[in-house]
Amino acid sequence: MPLGPGVARLDPMANNGDTSKSTYLLAVGTKKGMWLGTSADRAAYTFTGPHFLMNEIPSIGIDTRNGSTRILVGVRSEHWGPTVAHSDDLGQTWVEPDNGAITFPPDTGAALERVWQIQPDTGDRPGVVWAGCEPISVWKSTDGGEHFELNRGLWDHPHRSEWGAGFGGAAAHTVLPSPADPNTIHIAMSTGGVYRSTDGGASWQPRNKGIGAGFMPDAEPEFGQCVHKVARDAGNPGVLYAQNHGGVYRTDDNGDTWTSIAEGLPADFGFTMLAHPRRAGTAWVVPITADSARIPPEGQLAVHRTDDAGATWARLADGLLEPDFNVVLRDAASVDTAEPVGVFFGTRGGTVYASGDEGSSFAPVLTGLPDVLCVRAAVVGL
Amino acid sequence: MPEVNVLIPSLLRPVTGGREELRLDVEAAGATLADLLDAIGAQYPVFNRRVRDETGSLRRFVNIYLDGDDVRRLDGLKTRVAAGSEVMVMQSVAGG
Repeated sequence: MPLGPGVARLDPMANNGDTSKSTYLLAVGTKKGMWLGTSADRAAYTFTGPHFLMNEIPSIGIDTRNGSTRILVGVRSEHWGPTVAHSDDLGQTWVEPDNGAITFPPDTGAALERVWQIQPDTGDRPGVVWAGCEPISVWKSTDGGEHFELNRGLWDHPHRSEWGAGFGGAAAHTVLPSPADPNTIHIAMSTGGVYRSTDGGASWQPRNKGIGAGFMPDAEPEFGQCVHKVARDAGNPGVLYAQNHGGVYRTDDNGDTWTSIAEGLPADFGFTMLAHPRRAGTAWVVPITADSARIPPEGQLAVHRTDDAGATWARLADGLLEPDFNVVLRDAASVDTAEPVGVFFGTRGGTVYASGDEGSSFAPVLTGLPDVLCVRAAVVGL
Repeated sequence: MPEVNVLIPSLLRPVTGGREELRLDVEAAGATLADLLDAIGAQYPVFNRRVRDETGSLRRFVNIYLDGDDVRRLDGLKTRVAAGSEVMVMQSVAGG
């Protein structure tokens, strides 16, 4: 399918909370392009794509804060390099700033490799969008993602020379601004672990106490962990959940200490971590057997949900195809903000699942895609 | 006019206004490949970012041929370009 034409024309107005008239947007970034789907019920979707054919799409951000919908996309061609594009008309047209939204300043001597994360900030900070990139770096935009500025506090961090590269590259892949405090931001990097700033990004401290690093001689170093994904609890911004490279954890003190919540899961390895957008204590993971066996346990793909902050987990597999030996990558999963919350994820085997009931049941909405790298869902209104 | 002809691959024509080739005055644009790319980039900045990263390095899987020779086997982007030359920008064989 061609890029652009064929996208349903929708009036991208903000959702005012009345989801009975909502349109649900599902964006799927793959290794060879992006697909965009719209649905009135999160069951039947109309998809267009591939957009950006032959470009990998490792990051997508859907910004619905401004009374409109902006889709921001990290695009990377193996030949022509990385860039950031955005669309304000649900993918009908794309804009790429002439000089690039994210480019390293000359004095760094660095070049952008890949945009791993595009994260719009909270609703009371319009225009602020964060990005996490490879090489390990965090960026902040104040103009809705058209131009980003390198965070120097992290770029000049004394730990930088000791941060390593995970299999996918050395990147800051998670950026979580706190809704409670504009000066508090948590990030996660592979490898390096969780870092936190409480001064708006001027300085960053490692916050990995309790998180294991089984691949290092020191099993619990100050930093160096390979934290795969972190999500923030909606009810208490000081509570966060982490899927580690071996280990699932929760912090109740803003990242100062972490405790295992892996009991009850079939495996503590995995890449994803999702938190409910409103309800405290609810999170989702997709377990993978182990570092040395990167398939779902027994080849049976399943999502696991906790409603008590990790004390117990429920296995959710209704509607998932069996068997499935494919991994769900760290950003290939998303929740929306509807009621009940939708849960969406895609596999490296190219199947995308949607749930309109918080994961209790799923249905495949796309199959046969290239490896799914990123999934984002939103309510965009109608 | 002492010109150089730069052939644009089809995949990059959307960022050169659809143009298949660009003719540049060598004297005005300078005399190295980097100078030529700077001159093109002034008019087509996205083309420049596709071919070079922000450090000015030629992207790993982009090849440039000067009169049929791979510039990586010459003097890279410092290679001198004479009037009447033909510069061909191509993507290398990579990916899967």
